[in-house]
Amino acid sequence: MNNGLDSKIPGGPLEKKWSKHKFDSKLINPANRRKYEIVIVGSGLAGGAAAATLGELGYRVKCFCYQDSPRRAHSIAAQGGINAAKNYQNDGDSVFRLFYDTIKGGDFRSREANVYRLAEVSANIIDQCVAQGVPFAREYGGLLANRSFGGAQVSRTFYARGQTGQQLLLGVYAALSKQIAAGNVRMHPRTEMLDLVLVDGHAKGIVTRDMVTGEIASHAGDAVLLATGGYGNVFYLSTNAKGCNVTATYRAHKKGAYFANPCFTQIHPTCIPVTGEYQSKLTLMSESLRNDGRVWAPKAKGDKRPPAQIPEEERDYYLERKYPSFGNLAPRDISSRAAKEACDDGRGVGPGGLGVYLDFADAIKRLSEPVIRERYGNLFDMYHKITSEDAYKTPMRIYPAVHYTMGGLWVDYNLMSNVPGLHVLGEANFSDHGANRLGASALMQGLADGYFVIPATIGNYLATQTGKRPPPDHAEFKKAEEDVLARIKKLLNINGKRTVDSFHRELGLLMWDKCGMARNDAGLKEALNRIKEIREEFWVNVKAPGANEELNQALEKAGRVADFLEFGELMCLDALDRKESCGGHFREEHQTPDGEALRDDENFAYVSAWERTDGTPVQHKEPLVFENVHLAQRSYK
Amino acid sequence: MNFKLRVWRQENPKSEGRFANYEAPDIPSDASFLEMLDIVNEGLILKGDSPIAFDHDCREGICGMCSLVINGTPHGPEKATTTCQLYMRHFRDGQTIHIEPFRAKAFPVIRDLVVNRAAFDRIQQAGGFITARAGSAPDGNAVPIAKPAADLAMDAAACIGCGACVAACPNSSAMLFVGAKVSHLGLLPQGQPERMRRVLNMVKTMDNEGFGNCTNHYECEAVCPAEISVAFIARMNRDYAIASVRESVE
Amino acid sequence: MTSLYSRFCNSSIGRKWIVALTGLALIAYVIGHMIGNLQIFMGRERINAYAETLHSMGPLLWAVRAFLLAAFVVHIVVTIQLTAENRRARPERYSVKEERRAGAASKSMIISGLIVLSFVVYHLLHFTTNTTNPEFKVLEDAKGRHDVYAMVIHGFQNPLVAWFYITGMFLLCLHLSHGFQSFLQTIGANSKKTAPVFDAGSRLLAWFIFAGYTAIPAAVLLHLLHT
Ligand SMILES: Cc1cc2nc3c(=O)[nH]c(=O)nc-3n(C[C@H](O)[C@H](O)[C@H](O)COP(=O)(O)OP(=O)(O)OC[C@H]3O[C@@H](n4cnc5c(N)ncnc54)[C@H](O)[C@@H]3O)c2cc1C
Ligand code: HEM
Ligand code: FES
Repeated sequence: MNNGLDSKIPGGPLEKKWSKHKFDSKLINPANRRKYEIVIVGSGLAGGAAAATLGELGYRVKCFCYQDSPRRAHSIAAQGGINAAKNYQNDGDSVFRLFYDTIKGGDFRSREANVYRLAEVSANIIDQCVAQGVPFAREYGGLLANRSFGGAQVSRTFYARGQTGQQLLLGVYAALSKQIAAGNVRMHPRTEMLDLVLVDGHAKGIVTRDMVTGEIASHAGDAVLLATGGYGNVFYLSTNAKGCNVTATYRAHKKGAYFANPCFTQIHPTCIPVTGEYQSKLTLMSESLRNDGRVWAPKAKGDKRPPAQIPEEERDYYLERKYPSFGNLAPRDISSRAAKEACDDGRGVGPGGLGVYLDFADAIKRLSEPVIRERYGNLFDMYHKITSEDAYKTPMRIYPAVHYTMGGLWVDYNLMSNVPGLHVLGEANFSDHGANRLGASALMQGLADGYFVIPATIGNYLATQTGKRPPPDHAEFKKAEEDVLARIKKLLNINGKRTVDSFHRELGLLMWDKCGMARNDAGLKEALNRIKEIREEFWVNVKAPGANEELNQALEKAGRVADFLEFGELMCLDALDRKESCGGHFREEHQTPDGEALRDDENFAYVSAWERTDGTPVQHKEPLVFENVHLAQRSYK
Repeated sequence: MNFKLRVWRQENPKSEGRFANYEAPDIPSDASFLEMLDIVNEGLILKGDSPIAFDHDCREGICGMCSLVINGTPHGPEKATTTCQLYMRHFRDGQTIHIEPFRAKAFPVIRDLVVNRAAFDRIQQAGGFITARAGSAPDGNAVPIAKPAADLAMDAAACIGCGACVAACPNSSAMLFVGAKVSHLGLLPQGQPERMRRVLNMVKTMDNEGFGNCTNHYECEAVCPAEISVAFIARMNRDYAIASVRESVE
Repeated sequence: MTSLYSRFCNSSIGRKWIVALTGLALIAYVIGHMIGNLQIFMGRERINAYAETLHSMGPLLWAVRAFLLAAFVVHIVVTIQLTAENRRARPERYSVKEERRAGAASKSMIISGLIVLSFVVYHLLHFTTNTTNPEFKVLEDAKGRHDVYAMVIHGFQNPLVAWFYITGMFLLCLHLSHGFQSFLQTIGANSKKTAPVFDAGSRLLAWFIFAGYTAIPAAVLLHLLHT
C-alpha cells in the first residue's frame, strides 16, 4: 500500500480477524526461542508485561528503564481504573460496545481492527491481573466491583482504590521480577536509550547511557521493542512524571520510523491549576470526581467574590447547560475545552483566572460528608496537601492539563513500525485511541500490547531473522555510540547562560498557547518560527554543567529537551496539516456554529504518518476505512 | 520565604561526603520541597556550581522515587506524605533545614542525596510474585474473595517501595517493606501455592542484603507515606515460623 | 532438621523468635518468682516453708534452673548479636535524627537488659549463694530451716542494697514494657486492632511486676516488715 504504510490488517470479518491472525502468525519453536535476543525499552505496563511474557516464553530479553527500578514507570500514577468488556454487571456491555465506544470516543480517527482486538483481549487482561494478585476492589459477595468511568454508559471499569496503575504495574513488576530471577530477563535500570541502531535497514539494537557512570554501551537484539510512554512533557507542565520523554521514539523517528498523529494530545479536565512559575508539574485529580462534583464558573466576568458568596443564580453550571444528557460527565476533550472557554471569557477563578470550580456541596447535602469522604477521601487529602484548601468546605479549583498523547510511532497490526524489527507498544505507539482516549483505556492498551498482542505477533518478524543478529561491536553500533557521545560532548561544552529548565519552560508555554487546547493557522505558524528560534538559542546558550562520566541530571534533561525542541515542531506541523477539529485536536477555524468540533471525514479520515530521515518531514497518509461503524458527529448533548 | 539549607554532598559512592550550606531565598510558600530544591539548583547551575542530585519522578507521591531525610525524618515532618508532596508552607520562614540521604548499608549513596535501592528489587525477585502465565488465567470471578481479605491485601499492596521504612528504622531494617509484600500476596487465595516458599526466600534475601533486624520500634510505620501497618510484620513473622517448621517436616 | 536450625538461628526473623520465646520463659519465671516472693507478707512460716519445698525438689529444681539459665544465656547471646548487626546496618549515622514512635524503653533494650543481667548476677551472689553475705548462710528458723524471711529483711535493711534492687526492677519494668508487646508482635499475634491493647497491656504487666517486686524492699525500708 501507499509509501510502505501497510497496516497488515487481516482479512475477514471484524470479530474473526484476531483469531485468524494468531493462527496465521508464525510460531517460534520453544527450543529456538532462547536463540533470540529481544531488546525492550520501557518497563511500564506495556514494556514490563512484554518483557515478562516474552521471558516466560523462553526468549532472551534485555529490558531498560530510566528509573532506579522498573516498578516506578509512570504507569504507576494512573488512578482511575482499567476498562474491560466483562459485562459482570449485566448492564449491556459487550466487546462490540467497548469497541464502538472507543472508536467513537477517539472521534473516528483510529483503526477498527486494532480497536476491536483491544476490546476483545480486554477480558483476558482482568483474568491475568487477578491471577497475579492485583487486589481489585470487590463487593461484599467477593466478586469484582466495577464503576462507570469517564462518562461511559456502562460500568466496565475495574479499579484498586485510587491507585489502579500502581497495582497493575506491581503485578507486571512481580511477573518481571520472576523472569529476572530466572535469568530470562536482564534488567537495566537507570539506563537511558539514546539511539536506535539499524543494520541493513532493520532495527537491531540500541545505544544507551548508564545514568550512574555515564558509560555509553551498545545492546544488540533480533528485535527492538519501544514501550517508552508518552511525550506530554513537550508542554513542560503536564501530569506526566518528570522523566517522561520523547527521546526514545524521536531517536527512532530520526532513524526512519514514522511518527503518527503527533498533534493528538489529551488535555485532562480535572487537574489542580497552576500556581506559579516555579511549578514543576501538574497533578491530576481523578476523573471519578465528576461523578459527584458539579462544574461551574461565575456568570459574570471578573467575579472575584469567594465561591460561597456567589448565589446559585449567578453560577453557570456550563457542562450541565451545554450537554444536558452527559452533564458533568462529558468526555475529557469536551469538558476541557468548555473550561478553557469559560476562562477565556474572563470568568475563570483563582490566581490568574485559570480555573473553574468543582463543587461537592450538593453531593454532600445529598449523600452526607462521610459518604463523600469514603469515596474520594484520598483525593480530597491530596488536594488539601497541595493547595491547603478544604474541598469539603469550599469547591475545588480545577483546570485542564496535558495528560496523555494519542500520537506515537506508527505501527501495523503486528505492532511493528515501518522500520523492520522495531516494534512499539503502549502509549508510545499511535494505534488505538484515535484523536481522543477514553478514560481507563490506556492501562488496558498497555497490558493488551504487552501480555497478549506482541507475544503472538513478534514471531512473524523473528521467524525471518534467524541468525541475523549483529554483534554489539558491529560498525553501525560503533558509529551510533560515537554520535551519541559527540552530542553529549556538544551539550556539555556550550556552557551558555540559561538553564535547561528555562528553555523547557519557554517551549512548554509556547506549545500550550499555540498547540494546546485550541489551535489555529496563524498561531501554529508563529509557533513553528518560535520553536526554531528557541532551538537555535538552546544550542548556543544552554548551560549543562558537569561531565558525562557521573550521575548528571542536568545533562539528562538537556538531551531530552533538545529532542522536545525538534519534536515540538513536528507536532505543530501535524496540527497545521489537519484542517479539521477532532477529539483533542481543536482547530478554531473548524467548529460548528455552537462551538463544537467539526470533523472533516471527507478529507481527513487518515492517519498522518511523518517521515524524517534528513531535514524536512515528509507526510504519508494511511486512510482509515470504517466498515463496521457508522461515522457520526460525536454528540454528547 | 527564606531558608538555610544544610545539604549532604557526595560526589560518588567512593568519595567522602560532607555537609554544605546554601541559602534558599524567595521561595514561594506554595512550592513543593522538590521545587524549592529545583530553584536552588537553578541558582547553583548559573553560578557554575554542581546542582544537588536527588531522586524524583512522578512528583505526585506514588512512584516512590523521591527520598531524603529532612530534619531527621524520612520524607520530612508531615504525616503520610512523600517529599514530593511536602510543601514549603509547612516550614518556618528563616528555618535551617537539614537534608541527608536515606542512610543504610543496604542503600549505598550514589551521589549527594541519591541512593541505590536495588536491594528491594532483589528481594522482590526472590519470591515477590504469583506465577501466572499470560493466557493461562481462569476467569477473574472464578474465585470470590471476601471483601475484608481483599481490602487487607490492598492495604499491604499500597506500599510504594520508597525505602523510608529502612531510612527511619534505628536498625535499618526492611521488615515493613518485606512484610507488606509477603502479606499482600499471602492474603489472597491466588498466593497460597507459593506462600511458604515466598516468605522463606524473601526473608533470606533480605538478610543477605545487609539490612538490620527488626526490634519493633515501629519508626517505619510512623514515617511510611502509604501508612503501611506493622501488623504486616507480625503476619510475616508468623508465616515465616510456620514455613520453616513445615519445610523441615514435609 | 538442619534446615530448621538454620532457619531459626541464622535468619533475622528466626532469631527474633528465639529472643521472644526465651523472653517468654523469663517472663514466666519472673512472674512465678514474684508470686513466690510475695508470700513473705504472709509471714515467716509461709515463706520459709515455700523455700524448703523448692529445695526439696532436688533434680527438678536443677532442671528448671538449667532451663532458665539456658534461656537467659541464649536470650543474651542472641540479642547482643542482633544489636551488633543492627549497628553495622547503618555505617554512616545521621547527623540529625528525630524519632517519632520509638520510646526510651524500646531504644534502651540492650542497656536495660545488661543492667538487669548485672542485677541478676548480684542477686544470685546475694540471696542464692550468699557469697556477698556469708552470714546469711547460717540463719535458721525455729524449725531448723534456712530462715529466708530473716535473710531478706536483713538484706534490705541496707538501704543501698534495697535501692539497687528497686533500680534493677525499674529497668526490668522498662525492659518488659516494650518487651511484652514486642514478644506478641514477634510471634505474629499482633494486628492493627490488637496493637493498642497489647501496647497498654504490656505496660500494665510491666508496672505490675515492678510493683510486686519492689513491694518487698519498700516494705522493709518503711519498717512494715521486720524480723
Ligand atoms: C496521572 C495519570 C493518571 C492516569 N490515569 C489513568 C487511568 O486511570 N486509566 C488509564 O487507563 N490510563 C491512565 N493514564 C494513562 C496511562 O497511565 C498511561 O498511558 C500508561 O500507563 C502508559 O504505559 P506505558 O507502558 O506505555 O508507558 P510508561 O508506564 O510511561 O512507561 C514508560 C517506560 O519507558 C521507560 N523509558 C522512557 N523513556 C526511556 C528512555 N529514553 N530510555 C530508557 N527507558 C525509557 C521508562 O523508564 C518507563 O519504564 C494516566 C496517566 C497519568 C499521567
Ligand atoms: C529477667 C530477665 C529478662 C526478661 C524477662 C526479658 C524479657 C524480654 C522479652 C519478653 C523481650 C521481647 C522479645 C521480642 O522482641 O520478641 C526481650 C527483648 C530483649 N531483651 Fe530481654 N529479658 C530479660 C533479660 C535480658 C537481658 C539480661 C538482656 C541483656 C542482653 C536482654 C536483652 C534484650 C534485648 C536487647 C531485647 C530486644 C530484642 C527485641 O526487642 O527485639 N534481656 N526481653
Ligand atoms: S517523586 Fe514519585 S513519589 Fe515522590
